[in-house]
Amino acid sequence: MEKSLDRDAARVWRSLGAPLTRREALRRCLFGAGGLLLLNGWGLQSFAATRPAKAKSVIQVWLWGGPCHIDTFDPKPEAGRDYCGPLDSPIETNVNGIRIGQLLPTLAKQADKFSIIRSLTHGNNGHETAAYMVQTGHDAGGRDVYPSAGAVVSLFKGYDAGYQGLIPPYIVLTEPQGRFSEAGFLGGKYKPFATGGDPGRPVFEVEGVVAAGISEQRQRERRSLLQKLNTLGKAMPGDATLKTLYASEDQAYELILGDAGKLFDLTREPAELRDRYGRNTFGQSCLMARRLVEKGVPYVTINYKGWDTHKQHFQAMNRKLPELDKGLATLLDDLAQRGLLDSTIVWVSGEFGRTPKVQWEAPWNGGRNHFGKVFSAVVAGGGFKGGQVVGASNATGEEVKERPVYPCDLLGSMYELLGIDPQAALPHPQGQEAHVLPLASEGVKSGGRLREIM
Amino acid sequence: MRKRPCVLLFLAGWLATMVAGATDANLFSAASTTTPPSRIDELVFGQLRQLKIQPAEPCSDAVFVRRVYLDVIGTLPGAVEAREFILDRRPTKRAALIDRLLDRDEFADYWAMKWSDLLRVKAEFPVNLWPNAAQAYHRWIRDSLRKNKPYDRFARELLTASGSNFREPPVNFYRAVQSKEPPALARAVALTFMGVRADRWPSNQLAGLATFFAQVGYKSTVEWKEEIVFNDPASTNVAVYLGTARQARFPDGKTITLPADRDPREVFADWLITPRNPWFTRNIANRVWSWLLGRGIIHEPDDIRPDNPPSNPQLLAYLESELVAADYDLKQLFRLILNSRVYQLSSVPGDESPEAAAHFACYPLRRLEAEVLIDAINQITGSSEKYSSAIPEPFTFIPEDMRSIALPDGSITSPFLELFGRPPRDTGLESERNNLVTAAQRLHLLNSSHIQRKIEQSRMVQYQSQSRKPPREIATALYLGILSRFPTEEELQAAEAYANSGKVRPREAVVDLAWALMNSAEFLHRH
Repeated sequence: MEKSLDRDAARVWRSLGAPLTRREALRRCLFGAGGLLLLNGWGLQSFAATRPAKAKSVIQVWLWGGPCHIDTFDPKPEAGRDYCGPLDSPIETNVNGIRIGQLLPTLAKQADKFSIIRSLTHGNNGHETAAYMVQTGHDAGGRDVYPSAGAVVSLFKGYDAGYQGLIPPYIVLTEPQGRFSEAGFLGGKYKPFATGGDPGRPVFEVEGVVAAGISEQRQRERRSLLQKLNTLGKAMPGDATLKTLYASEDQAYELILGDAGKLFDLTREPAELRDRYGRNTFGQSCLMARRLVEKGVPYVTINYKGWDTHKQHFQAMNRKLPELDKGLATLLDDLAQRGLLDSTIVWVSGEFGRTPKVQWEAPWNGGRNHFGKVFSAVVAGGGFKGGQVVGASNATGEEVKERPVYPCDLLGSMYELLGIDPQAALPHPQGQEAHVLPLASEGVKSGGRLREIM
Repeated sequence: MRKRPCVLLFLAGWLATMVAGATDANLFSAASTTTPPSRIDELVFGQLRQLKIQPAEPCSDAVFVRRVYLDVIGTLPGAVEAREFILDRRPTKRAALIDRLLDRDEFADYWAMKWSDLLRVKAEFPVNLWPNAAQAYHRWIRDSLRKNKPYDRFARELLTASGSNFREPPVNFYRAVQSKEPPALARAVALTFMGVRADRWPSNQLAGLATFFAQVGYKSTVEWKEEIVFNDPASTNVAVYLGTARQARFPDGKTITLPADRDPREVFADWLITPRNPWFTRNIANRVWSWLLGRGIIHEPDDIRPDNPPSNPQLLAYLESELVAADYDLKQLFRLILNSRVYQLSSVPGDESPEAAAHFACYPLRRLEAEVLIDAINQITGSSEKYSSAIPEPFTFIPEDMRSIALPDGSITSPFLELFGRPPRDTGLESERNNLVTAAQRLHLLNSSHIQRKIEQSRMVQYQSQSRKPPREIATALYLGILSRFPTEEELQAAEAYANSGKVRPREAVVDLAWALMNSAEFLHRH
């Protein structure tokens, strides 16, 4: 299948006019807003990642809403019921001295593959602002809206950098997280492609690519009808706007009628493996993410919602943590067995943690609020060591006790492993100076890169 | 009143049966026009003659009716509206339609959307107006447009208002910014009302403008998220940006000692809002032209600077003088431009040279904006969208039948709007709106369940496919409903051949024809 997809990609490029120079690639790239770069006068400066890279791809598991660090990767059983609620019996992992939450038994057997950061902090308790800080590494409130990590990777490792896959370089399974996951001032070309549909269903209907109920023959008949009825186009054959339309239409049909649909067909995976991932949206998204990085897609986000548990928090944890446990543990194991873990960073976090002290009173009745002062993240693969713990929170998980890690430290480390210079300039539509991550002179807080696990 | 376009469509189909197909020759262009010549035409065509550029021909009535609906009210004409206009034989029908459209409620909806982009009406990150304030701000903008408030008053109220963000909506101008420091406020003012990117200014020029905003103060109240914007002579910014000498400097270099008893913003407004100011009238006249003609006389319209001269200085000067003469009545300026032969040119170019576009030798193709496109699709298919603002709690839910162009708040959105380049409302730059076509957009329109479901379930398709009418009649009804025109003979034959090909079922043939028209270049663009 790999071969046939590559052949398709090559055909697209050829159909767009060979030889394909870098300028052409910029102008015509798949899923790009054709010509935007050139029109804006950004010139042809290369933004390709040029440094040696250990990691080729990132799978970002985004726990939207903010999961509780205490109930997952930073358990505090000694703090008592006011902090732990019923989840007071953390379990040992296969790494000596590392304990994690009791609802994560499968992950506990994989702890040698991942490292836990227990001292992430940014101090912001608003979803959108915190999500922006965690996913861009920049403080909110400046003049510009910076691109998220996915868009940065798409800039430095996507079509501008020679990526030629048919599948867009930045994929979100399945719904976009909204603007804080997006391209910021880089513009629409670097936005993620959101698949829509549900990989947990019998047919994963990737919005636009896989249409149920329309046969391939009818697709072809329709296309020829569309061309026959293009009366305006026939009246103005030289129009540049319409040429862009036709080019994107050709590209769209390569996906609709080509082999891309097979990549999204999870029934091609063994039933036993699908069971291990968990037959739910998150589990099958993890499997889909593996299939995508296997094909060379540089950035995949799994947007896993439902962690904003103000009320009925522990009931929600009982539902969600087993899903997370199974899906994530199987993903790590599957990547490792296929030799992909060394080149794939898996990054798991939300925009913040949750208040360590449980709100037992009404109307929360055992809920947890937003908490940006300290929270946890998990990283694995792509050059990150496994079986380590970075930093620590205090006895109640309310303060950073040692080694604060700020979002820019985590992202900077990821970029370094991906061969992206964290200080590199970003193309700005108004020609302003802008960098992948804030420079030291901008005064953003930093605890330094995660050298201890790289 | 909620429109029921699909009901109108049944009627249109029935009415249309007796009308023969148009011919290709007069489909997009017309040999002559009954529109009287105007001063705008003299200035544009005179320049084109000098440059030896051949202008396009006048557009046909079918093109005009669709174009002017989309441009003036952001709304597709209904099948009956289109048909009646095309068949109307009165020579003054274009001017009459323009007047009717300028009076429609959707005019205020559509242009409030445009102004909300420029004024950054958005509850959440990064401008953080908060939902109540965003709603109040939008309502104030929409009301101002509906009442056709003179533009100079509109600008003055935005620049000088004081009070609560909930109760005195124009104060939100000073809140809808990413930074509330005086230089950032100065940049927002320069961009919005002068069409100038002050980032490019020498630093002392920006510092000079910032002096007028050193006393803008903000304070909260006991009401949640209420914020008062007020003139605060005790602001700590005064010492930093204004100094004890209270010397302020206008963008043209003139200086003034700010009187202690006046709000500096009013002093600035007095300087800005006058016909003598070199930026104020020019900015808005040029913007209105660019909104209707797809390109500024100074281009881009918010990048006015000495080394970016107007492509037709006399034309711009004329529009400015007319706007001043009309006491800043923006609808009058719309009317002037819309009634010109230049606006009413065909989009089929008479001259392929690159200078033709910059000198308005034809009407440029422009992809429909995200909001206008989904509204048009919903109008044709009789369906609606789900909009929501996921953040913050409490969630904001929007009535199902609300049109996209009427959404008050940039934080209220849908995946479709994001995919099709709705502006994020971060900066107020016109270029934030991205109307370029991408493959992902093509995929969505060609093959998504979202669009497919709308077509399959539309009453138009259900009615036509159950009607047992001959394919030609069905095609005529679909053409009027979707492309606002009659089909040509060639198109009728193609539709008939498809229906009779035996390769698709009769119902599928109707669905596929509607699908093909909604995916056509003609549907996706203003033309």
